[in-house]
Amino acid sequence: MTAAAGNGLRVRGRVQRGSFDLDLDLTVRPGEVVAVLGPNGAGKSTLLRTVAGLTPLSHGTVEVDGLVVDDGGAAFLPPEHRAVSLVFQDYRLFPHLTVRENVAFGPRSAGVGRAAARAMADEWLGRLHLAELAARRPAQLSGGQAQRVALARALAAGPRVLLLDEPLAALDARTGAQVRGELRRHLRAFDGATVLVTHDPLEALVLADRLLVLERGRAVQEGVPQDVARRPATEYVARLMGLNLYSGSGSADGRVVLDRGGELVAAAGTGGARVLVAVRPAAITLHAARPSGSPRNVWPGRIAGMELLADRVRVDVAGAPAALVDITADAVAELGLVEGASVWLAAKATDLDVYPAP
Amino acid sequence: MATDAARQRRTGGHGAPAVLGIPALVAVALLLLPLVAVVVRAPWRGLGRILSDQQALEALRVSLLTATSATVLSILLGVPLAWVLARVPLRGVAVLRALLTLPLVLPPVVAGVALLLALGRSGILGRLLLHSFGFGLPFTTPGVVVAETFVSMPFLVLTVEGALRSSDAGLEEAAATLGASRLTVFRRVTLPLAAPSVLAGSVLCWARALGEFGATITFAGSVPGVTQTMPIYVYFAMQNDPEVGVALSLLMVALAVLVLGLLRDRWLRAPGRR
Repeated sequence: MTAAAGNGLRVRGRVQRGSFDLDLDLTVRPGEVVAVLGPNGAGKSTLLRTVAGLTPLSHGTVEVDGLVVDDGGAAFLPPEHRAVSLVFQDYRLFPHLTVRENVAFGPRSAGVGRAAARAMADEWLGRLHLAELAARRPAQLSGGQAQRVALARALAAGPRVLLLDEPLAALDARTGAQVRGELRRHLRAFDGATVLVTHDPLEALVLADRLLVLERGRAVQEGVPQDVARRPATEYVARLMGLNLYSGSGSADGRVVLDRGGELVAAAGTGGARVLVAVRPAAITLHAARPSGSPRNVWPGRIAGMELLADRVRVDVAGAPAALVDITADAVAELGLVEGASVWLAAKATDLDVYPAP
Repeated sequence: MATDAARQRRTGGHGAPAVLGIPALVAVALLLLPLVAVVVRAPWRGLGRILSDQQALEALRVSLLTATSATVLSILLGVPLAWVLARVPLRGVAVLRALLTLPLVLPPVVAGVALLLALGRSGILGRLLLHSFGFGLPFTTPGVVVAETFVSMPFLVLTVEGALRSSDAGLEEAAATLGASRLTVFRRVTLPLAAPSVLAGSVLCWARALGEFGATITFAGSVPGVTQTMPIYVYFAMQNDPEVGVALSLLMVALAVLVLGLLRDRWLRAPGRR
């Protein structure tokens, strides 16, 4: 509908509520999808509420297509004048209206006549394959259907910025996977800026062009999904992406002295700077006795726990450093691993990804 | 064995202990016996004549007109007030809410006195009204409406406010992000979702207005065809012609039963609420 490409979304500023302090710096271009990842209480939902106009900035600015909608003071455009649609985690469909009336709500509020708004709603329902649900009430919808209706309702309002708060969190795993695929298609077709909040890394990797990781109100990492997945900046991101992450001081010969004890040797020197070392759990091997031969990194440890994943076992090994190690189920049997058992860990220098700490 | 146990449960298990059962029976008698008496003692044979009596019909007309007007007025003023109490984060709202419930516990005669002092011909505001427009509320039909509204509007306000406060403000947020102005949000989301409570509050309000006696007779007097409502007419009839009083009382009981029936049928049958 609104084909004119603007400047997208720009947020720069802070939200302070008592002891909570959210520091924001985010730019989303039209057509771009940015996923905001973070643990509970990191400020993800507050970010969305701030952009939508439901929570004002303490200071700073929010711009939608070049228009300042909040400057932390007098210039505050209320939600209904922002052209920002928010798909809530719990959908918030109007229970007293039919699906069609829900979707027509945005156009009706914008002053479109009853018949025209109805036609627009039907068009969106058709596009999202919801046409046969038009006459139902929200109480008669499944979770996946309600999610799609909420998306149709948000898009039908003709927003320049689309916000999604944990869009798939309320769905069971199978429905979630199915809706995720469709959502990706619809987000690709949307020409405005999209911000998606999630704590599911897979959702972020599949849906987003760029990731922003928020922890305790601060952006701790930003980048394209591949980079964030490969080189996490914090332990939270590393755990999310299933990597071992160590911080330490590098040196010219490739040795890294780790902050929490232990030492690792990488393939290349790094100088004496602060570095992070990321190691995939599958790149570490376990041995009953000290292995002889090629691995440059060999250290003793003790089994702290084991968890059976789909096709392998993730072993939690205490030591200096501690590590998560993925091995096959038959290796567990072969090594006779039990909790508390002593083992040796080994990792090749070339399997260590060393990069400057942010 | 099993039947013995069942029989024992049937006779002993569900019986209330005398300490509770006897007061409960007394309470039932106290509440229901007078109503039964009205039905039993009503002059059924002369009912047609009494109920088609000119003055009785006039009183009925005044009652229905004023109670309905008071209810409409209460809806028009009370629903917005309930919204303000429930949604506007003003300091002192709690105090205001407490003050607004005062008419609920105030003796109605005192309410009438208060109304006279405020809106009577020499009242604070009443003098101004009389002076500027040559219009005085006491002893007029609008005066009855004002007295009934004063006493009955709090029922509606409290009912609707409670519903609004426990309703989902999230839906109003969602409506705002879809571009709805605050008035549109109220009209298309808040009000439809609160409709059952508005209906319930209106019925309570109407019933209270219909039964109003003290405030009305103090503030508006008892002018037949103008301010003489059913309860007032019944009161005077009991002194002159008790048969008429009892017959009209029967009519009021019937109306009350009708109101209860309406409440039961339509009260909490909310459209589409989860």
